Amino acid sequence: MSVKGSPLAPATETTPVATSSSAGPELVQLLTPEGERVSHPDYDIDLSDEDYRGFYRDLVLVRRIDVEATALQRQGELGIWAALLGQEAAQVGSGRALRPQDFAFPTYREHGVAWCRGVDPLRLLGLFRGVDNGGWDPQATRFQLYTIVIGSQTLHATGYAMGITKDGAVGDAETGEATIAYFGDGASSQGDVNEAFVWASVYNAPIVFFCQNNQWGISTPTANQTRIPLYQRARGFGFPGVRVDGNDVLATYAVTRKALDDARTGQGPTLVEAFTYRMGAHTTSDDPTRYRLATELEAWKLKDPLERMKAFLYKQQIVGAAFFEGVEHDADELAARIRKGCLEMPDPDPLSMFDSVYAEQTPLLGQQRESFGTYLSGFEGAHA
Amino acid sequence: MSRLKQFKLPDLGEGLTEGEILQWMVKLGDEVKLNQPIVEVETAKAAVEVPSPYAGVVHEIHHAAGETVDVGSPIITFDTEPGAGPLDPVATASAVSEHPEIGDMVPRPPAEGFVEPGLHAAATSDESGPLGALIGEVGPSGRTATLVGYGPKSVTAKRRARTDSGHATPAKPPVPAVAPPPPATAARVSAAAVGQSAAASAGALTVLAKPPVRKLAKDLGIDLTTVVGTGPNGSITRSDVEGVASQPAASSEPVPSAPLRSVPDYDPATREQRIPIKGVRKMTAAAMVGSAFTAPHVTEFITLDMTPTMELRTKLQGLPEFAGVKVTPLLLVAKALLLAVRRNPEINATWDEAAQEIVVKSYVNLGIAAATPRGLIVPNIKDAEQLTLPELAAALQQLTATARDGRTQPADMARGTITITNVGTFGVDNGTPIINPGESAILCFGAVRPTPWVVDGQIVVRQVTQLALSFDHRNVDGQLGSQFLSDIARVLSDPATALAWS
Repeated sequence: MSVKGSPLAPATETTPVATSSSAGPELVQLLTPEGERVSHPDYDIDLSDEDYRGFYRDLVLVRRIDVEATALQRQGELGIWAALLGQEAAQVGSGRALRPQDFAFPTYREHGVAWCRGVDPLRLLGLFRGVDNGGWDPQATRFQLYTIVIGSQTLHATGYAMGITKDGAVGDAETGEATIAYFGDGASSQGDVNEAFVWASVYNAPIVFFCQNNQWGISTPTANQTRIPLYQRARGFGFPGVRVDGNDVLATYAVTRKALDDARTGQGPTLVEAFTYRMGAHTTSDDPTRYRLATELEAWKLKDPLERMKAFLYKQQIVGAAFFEGVEHDADELAARIRKGCLEMPDPDPLSMFDSVYAEQTPLLGQQRESFGTYLSGFEGAHA
Repeated sequence: MSRLKQFKLPDLGEGLTEGEILQWMVKLGDEVKLNQPIVEVETAKAAVEVPSPYAGVVHEIHHAAGETVDVGSPIITFDTEPGAGPLDPVATASAVSEHPEIGDMVPRPPAEGFVEPGLHAAATSDESGPLGALIGEVGPSGRTATLVGYGPKSVTAKRRARTDSGHATPAKPPVPAVAPPPPATAARVSAAAVGQSAAASAGALTVLAKPPVRKLAKDLGIDLTTVVGTGPNGSITRSDVEGVASQPAASSEPVPSAPLRSVPDYDPATREQRIPIKGVRKMTAAAMVGSAFTAPHVTEFITLDMTPTMELRTKLQGLPEFAGVKVTPLLLVAKALLLAVRRNPEINATWDEAAQEIVVKSYVNLGIAAATPRGLIVPNIKDAEQLTLPELAAALQQLTATARDGRTQPADMARGTITITNVGTFGVDNGTPIINPGESAILCFGAVRPTPWVVDGQIVVRQVTQLALSFDHRNVDGQLGSQFLSDIARVLSDPATALAWS
């Protein structure tokens, strides 16, 4: 296994697990919580003012989608919602690092990545409103359907990546393909994820394992998942791991881009641990105040991914007040559009549930469809 | 379309059937923006703020704080065009009818068809939290307890009627709640007995019996709530059911009771208040029962002259270090307790029954019992032994303010190691406190009163109080408990002792 630009971190027995609000010295950072731009020996990047504006705009819009969807759930318009509050930078940074030919395999929380892949947020809401099973085209968007089962998408992504190698689509720095598999700190304990690590490693598959360590697997703290920093796990499987400040959109972008480029040029997998924080509940069915201290949330609020980007733009005088007003205005319009679109979503025909079970209808399913249709027409006011 | 919009309580988790309104953040006539938080609702899963789905003016609030509301019930009505002049009374009336219950597409037999004889829904019983019934079982009010995931909808939901004509596949006829008894036992199971069994089961939460035993009881027409179980955990066995079946019929006949003397009629609805046991009350009860009947309590008392401490308090309050914080008697009692813990560390311990170990802690998470609008809670000050006196004062003040606002979080109440309860604030002399579960001692601080006291052979008026200490006699012997209590009293009687022990 060749050592790549991202160094194999020394995983000593004594390395302590970082506490949830301090990530340790190994953290790759390009933008401090105070909005200061800092350099890094391995991951420095040059970005234009246009890039900076684009990053900020995406962060704001993605947070707005998330906040509006949470409100819609509380108002009974969505069955459930998995909020990404606090993880915007990890998702926008990694999402923007993807090239058009790359394929992303999300969990159910990757709303920011979906945004970067051009998936209409309304498509996400359809799934959580229960009117469809995920209404976007994974081939067109190169963004797989949400995976609810914890961690299994890492195997799907690994299999897909092995296929890329077999297709010979690896090697070229421009046209080479890569996959990225999203998962969380909780999923890192799953068998599926560990199996995916093994397969990706020994087949040198073009894949980036992107772990958003948001410190909590529902109510289980990361300290109960691992005795070493998660990114060091990669070393045991034979590929490099790197920990990036997941609340720093620039560093996340730089680290993910490097890892994807390594993958597409045939250098095998990388584990990226984006060290971030789930500022909200696990889902709208969860109440985090039952298991974590308010002081922890307050400490992480000081590291808010949007605020540091805003501070940076202000301090560097890249934009003026009009820019921020414009972004807020766009966010308001987006929120109004998804609210209206969500409320107007038609309920599906109950019989449509039979349509997408198999590519081709089976006789048994056809029988079930028919008898269910007869049953439905037995109600008063039903169309026969 | 009416300008009045009703908002119905949504299912805030997955498969929840009800929620309790904790507090309204808006009142009648308030102008509300879209997504502005309007109400805090607590469900079996979470306490959440609900944002307004409409912009407008609050027209009506249907349920007050403290009420438990079924999912789907209207909780608030908005006037979405408050600038459009006064409301048309006809429109107001029609607005309500404009929101019919949404038809439920899932037809199902009457709920009773699924209900075991012993699990009869009691129409008048209001309370069946998820703890009241086993998960997946139907509670006394007919609701099914859910743990996680999609639970059933409330059985009261309206649904479209099935047409009786037609080509539709007929659903199975509803199963009667009590199967018609076979002829052999018909004499015993009279109509009166069935009626009585329904009444008897109204108060019963649940019965434990394996499915084949339930089937046997059903076949024999025996109401399981009338059977005394002899199996594990009081479960009803096959032989219990067979035993009842073989008893003479007369035993189940209702006995007419003649009143010994005439009792004036009274209406329980007007003279008794029935408060559901839930939330903080339920937790408090479980903790108190668990502690009182697990840890053998010993309570000791000591009466002492606190005058020097009360004088010291005035002096401390004047120091710049205590600017902005209050030096209360409770603060100095807390400090005295912390010093006494240092001299008697074994008091600060947990009896770990499962591990057969006594866990002595080198840190003190000092619990302070607090009366709050939502009931008794015991938040604790973490690592209190490491705090300076001004820091302790600030922490105490913060803890009290948070508790009073009802903002104490569960983590703030977890991992306490020893507790103080201050009944003196109510003017009470003292009591025998119950130990907070998981701890070994609790100190009760009574009122400080000017009292005749003997000093150097003379009777003088001094500031006197009484302390009581309850301790767990499994791991705290009388000597340790007495030494600990007497150490606290020594510091309070002569605060200079604190310097000696620091």
